[in-house]
Amino acid sequence: MTGFARHRRSKDIIATFTGFEADLLRNLAAQLVELLRNESAVPRASDPLEAMFDFTGPTTEPEDPVLQRLFPTAYRDDAEAAAEFRRFTEGGLRDGKATAASTIIDNLEEAGLPSELTEDGLMIDVELDPATAEVWLRSFTDLRLALATRLGVEPGDEAYWESLPDEDPRAQAHDIYDWVGYLQETLVDALSS
Amino acid sequence: MSAPSPVELDEPVADDVMATSQPWVTIVWDDPVNLMSYVTYVFQQYFGYDKAKAEKLMLQVHREGKSAVSSGSREEMERDVQAMHEYGLWATLEKQG
Repeated sequence: MTGFARHRRSKDIIATFTGFEADLLRNLAAQLVELLRNESAVPRASDPLEAMFDFTGPTTEPEDPVLQRLFPTAYRDDAEAAAEFRRFTEGGLRDGKATAASTIIDNLEEAGLPSELTEDGLMIDVELDPATAEVWLRSFTDLRLALATRLGVEPGDEAYWESLPDEDPRAQAHDIYDWVGYLQETLVDALSS
Repeated sequence: MSAPSPVELDEPVADDVMATSQPWVTIVWDDPVNLMSYVTYVFQQYFGYDKAKAEKLMLQVHREGKSAVSSGSREEMERDVQAMHEYGLWATLEKQG
């Protein structure tokens, strides 16, 4: 596990993943895409004709806590302005985040990750131009926010996570959260170098 | 025959114009997830701040729980807040107090 680095000559951002790591990353990204596209951004009108002409976005907070964190309320003391802001922005933000997560999946598969991982010892080399690396960087944030919200991560709780037995599924999920954090840290470094 | 009477013009009212340009601010709030290096990177990339200013704002978010990272018209601040949400930062806007 070495994370991301900038290629000295091409200036592209490069990383090597084991097949297992690449498959894990693809799974996380796929779950995020599903979540973003699952809970409808626009409450569907009950009349199908009305629904066809309904071009507005949502005006109320999403129900899922992950989506609440990804699409925060923009005005704290003005419910009406907050609803308007959400109506005009949430749909586009959702599409952008779903597209970014899909980019990770596509790039991993283009780099040789098979749809079903069966082979041991497979290594996946990704090479991203700086703009695509930015897309990965943002999506890592979304993945980490999603994992942290599901786990209930709080400031200064590292000792708690370390105290959990290794076989605890929450400890394993937290290890994955830390791993994506490590990847993101190296990606920020690579992009800044 | 009469000369057209001079048209009386009201003095332009400046108050409304001033009221709508009253500065708003974009506030970024602390969260336990976003990396300090990432938040600094976002402030540099999006706002074009130099590293020292970006780090100062990031540390203010981290230590004080929030920081006003940009100011301008309401429309501009809505764009900034939307951009911060694209980056996964928790941002809101409000009228400068």
